[in-house]
Amino acid sequence: MLQVSIYRYNPETDTAPYMQEFQVDTQGRDLMVLNVMEMLKEQDSSLAYRRSCREGVCGSDGMNMNGKNGLTCVTALSEVVKDNKLVLRPLPGLPVVRDLVVDMSIFYKQYERIQPYLLNDTPAPAIERLQSPEDRDKLDGLYECILCACCSTACPSFWWNPDKFVGPSGLLQAYRFLADSRDTATKERLSELDDPFAVFRCRGIMNCVAVCPKGLNPTRAIGKIRELLLANAT
Amino acid sequence: MSTMRSLTFDAIIIGGGGAGLRAGLELSQSGKKTAVLSKVFPTRSHTVSAQGGITCAIASADPNDDWRWHMYDTVKGGDYIADQDAAEYMCTEGPKAVFELEHMGLPFSRFDNGRIYQRPFGGQSKDFGKGGQAARTCAAADRTGHALLHTLYQANLKNGTVFLDEWYAIDLVKNANGDIVGVIALCIETGETVVVKSKATVLATGGAGRIYASTTNALINTGDGIGMALRAGLPVQDMEMWQFHPTGIHGAGVLVTEGCRGEGGYLVNKDGERFMERYAPNAKDLAGRDVVARSMVLEILEGRGCGENGDHVFLKLDHLGEEVLNKRLPGISELSKTFAHVDPTNAPIPVVPTCHYMMGGIATNVHGQAIAQNEDGSDRIVNGLYAVGEVACVSVHGANRLGGNSLLDLVVFGRAAGKYIESALNEGVEYLEPTQSDIDAALVRLNRWNESESGESVPELKRELQQIMQNSFGVFRQEDKMEEGVKQLSDLRERIAKAGLSDKSQVFNTARIEALELDNLMEVAEATAIAALTRKESRGAHSRYDFPDRDDENWLKHSLFFPNEKRVGKRDVNFAPKTVERFEPKIRTY
Ligand SMILES: Cc1cc2nc3c(=O)[nH]c(=O)nc-3n(C[C@H](O)[C@H](O)[C@H](O)COP(=O)(O)OP(=O)(O)OC[C@H]3O[C@@H](n4cnc5c(N)ncnc54)[C@H](O)[C@@H]3O)c2cc1C
Ligand code: SF4
Ligand code: SF4
Ligand code: FES
Repeated sequence: MLQVSIYRYNPETDTAPYMQEFQVDTQGRDLMVLNVMEMLKEQDSSLAYRRSCREGVCGSDGMNMNGKNGLTCVTALSEVVKDNKLVLRPLPGLPVVRDLVVDMSIFYKQYERIQPYLLNDTPAPAIERLQSPEDRDKLDGLYECILCACCSTACPSFWWNPDKFVGPSGLLQAYRFLADSRDTATKERLSELDDPFAVFRCRGIMNCVAVCPKGLNPTRAIGKIRELLLANAT
Repeated sequence: MSTMRSLTFDAIIIGGGGAGLRAGLELSQSGKKTAVLSKVFPTRSHTVSAQGGITCAIASADPNDDWRWHMYDTVKGGDYIADQDAAEYMCTEGPKAVFELEHMGLPFSRFDNGRIYQRPFGGQSKDFGKGGQAARTCAAADRTGHALLHTLYQANLKNGTVFLDEWYAIDLVKNANGDIVGVIALCIETGETVVVKSKATVLATGGAGRIYASTTNALINTGDGIGMALRAGLPVQDMEMWQFHPTGIHGAGVLVTEGCRGEGGYLVNKDGERFMERYAPNAKDLAGRDVVARSMVLEILEGRGCGENGDHVFLKLDHLGEEVLNKRLPGISELSKTFAHVDPTNAPIPVVPTCHYMMGGIATNVHGQAIAQNEDGSDRIVNGLYAVGEVACVSVHGANRLGGNSLLDLVVFGRAAGKYIESALNEGVEYLEPTQSDIDAALVRLNRWNESESGESVPELKRELQQIMQNSFGVFRQEDKMEEGVKQLSDLRERIAKAGLSDKSQVFNTARIEALELDNLMEVAEATAIAALTRKESRGAHSRYDFPDRDDENWLKHSLFFPNEKRVGKRDVNFAPKTVERFEPKIRTY
């Protein structure tokens, strides 16, 4: 029997959050954590969590599993369970709506802040804008972000300044547009980020890289933005 | 209920997948007060899972490519019940819609000359089937849906679309004249129920693959739009037509794209034989999906399946080499390792045909206007209601969709509906305000669940429903099995009507959402079952042991399922494209 301990909080009935203990018979199968949660929900239908694609591409089910952020649908028990125990908590640092569901508003706000869309002030041609494969390659490792917030909610700098520090996810996206040969707004984008907090609060702790379920590297992108900012300043 | 809040928009779009976001973009660009309402944050919609690409004759891989060839393939792929005016519209407007996506920033893969990368997909040909395999599917590696959905969401942010994220649409509001004038919706975070009023209600709720036990679809694909339409008394079209994708990962149901075969992968049986050469000597592994899926099932039934239970076949990719796999199919390698514990660079992936796509849906014209039927069998436009994307049946896919044609359908018809609604609103439309009793009628279902005492649980009933569909309405079908299935479903409907919701809390109550979704799964399953039983022929994805041949005399028609009488009628297929000669039905071979 797998021992599962889950963070519970329903603001309508609970004055404070608590941990609920469950026992799950996995029949020795190496299930995904999401499968285990579905089994628990059959025992207690009031358990709340988000999920959609169940294949690691939609970013709904970022969660803290035995202390590490990740997606429940692509995390096998064998990767996280220690001593037959699994502790599930909501992503750290964001307000809890209910149980494992967090309020992501501030995370989305930081995303919107970096103007996450292509800006190009030249008239569009009748066909596509051309881009060399080499230039397109520069977007690999950037555009694949699924906005799961695993990184930003593992980042101490984001915990302390979620309103001023854009955070690893937002900065990765900022760099995705800075790096796009089709974007003409580099100057404006950089000046938007040029304050002591937006980028420079990153302390290079690399928690973000360690947890990203898509294997992306926000720290490197942040380093590139810093370089651009410094080059721009001189 | 008199305290219920109401919101009013020029247009309300229910669904934030590719189709809904494209329609929303068009409307917010036109300055209309537009809201996109979605039960998940938009980028978590199922479109994000699309892998292989968007098929369109942009003449990049082949400068001589021609939209007419694409149209021919589409009509043939649909086994001749695709509407030819709609297929024509999609294939001609397609390039514009794809270039717009690129201009918005979609990170397409590229050829050396800088143009958009295109790969071969199933059922594609040059020169009306005479010029060999075409490469017409525009791709962003194998993450095209992700790239497309995020790009469209971003474009909507840029244009100030209003988003009602994590709101659940329950039922349509119909006025005394039968016009659709809005929707009842529930804010998941607070539990508040509101009436959203609008002169244009757009259903963009996607598919319903979760009616089957094994599916490539997301957990949220529960056919809510179909359920809402049926409960409003509207008919749905071609619901028997479900696509089973040849390459779902055995056991998990997770998809690996047809692009794998487009890039040169192929299927083998337990003897290592490339069996598609026998079934489709020309197109081989790139024949229509229905053809490949049936061939696989036959291999398995005839004892040539792989694995201990002989219940799957293998998709071989290792000969493509690490570079192609990393560059063109990186997501596939990831999924295969996670869900099949197989690294495709050195071992084949176990695959099996898996429920994938709903060709049927709410009948519409090319403007996205929902269509019902008059007594005399002529089309009747349903005022105020539109449908786009997988929930709609415009019908460009007929009895079998070609790979990459769904994403094109989303953006072409999302855009078309947006444009049409804009002009309709500009000309001025007036519908009767809904009365309190019109609104109450749309609240019946929610109230039923909220007042339920005890009863059978939702997950158990859902599992039974999925099993019935899997057993009786799969790749091959036959009368007695289907009759049994229809009977089981009707029993299940009675049990669902008495099922209980034990959690009545307000804040983020996902048990309530799953209960409401179960009602919709039930509606979709029943429409599918009865339509499948009624269509006594084999066409496209609908394949019957007892009626193995296509019957053009009786069934070169759309089926229309009418919910009140649970009756199946017929509707004419459009054979009148505007700028090309019609394509006459021919025997379909690959
Ligand atoms: C694994 C996979 C891979 C695929 N790959 C390809 C491909 O490569 N090329 C291709 O052309 N097609 C592909 N398809 C098909 C294609 O992805 C889908 O048909 C298409 O994305 C559907 O888009 P949509 O906008 O209609 O709906 P979806 O993207 O499913 O969006 C539906 C929206 O409706 C909302 N919604 C639903 N019900 C409610 C409700 N009650 N209240 C509020 N909101 C609601 C959801 O939140 C969501 O925002 C693939 C499908 C699968 C399963
Ligand atoms: S490297 Fe920077 S962004 Fe990443 S976790 Fe550390 S401080 Fe946060
Ligand atoms: S960078 Fe990675 S961890 Fe962060 S939001 Fe994107 S996908 Fe999630
Ligand atoms: S459910 Fe979509 S990423 Fe896990």
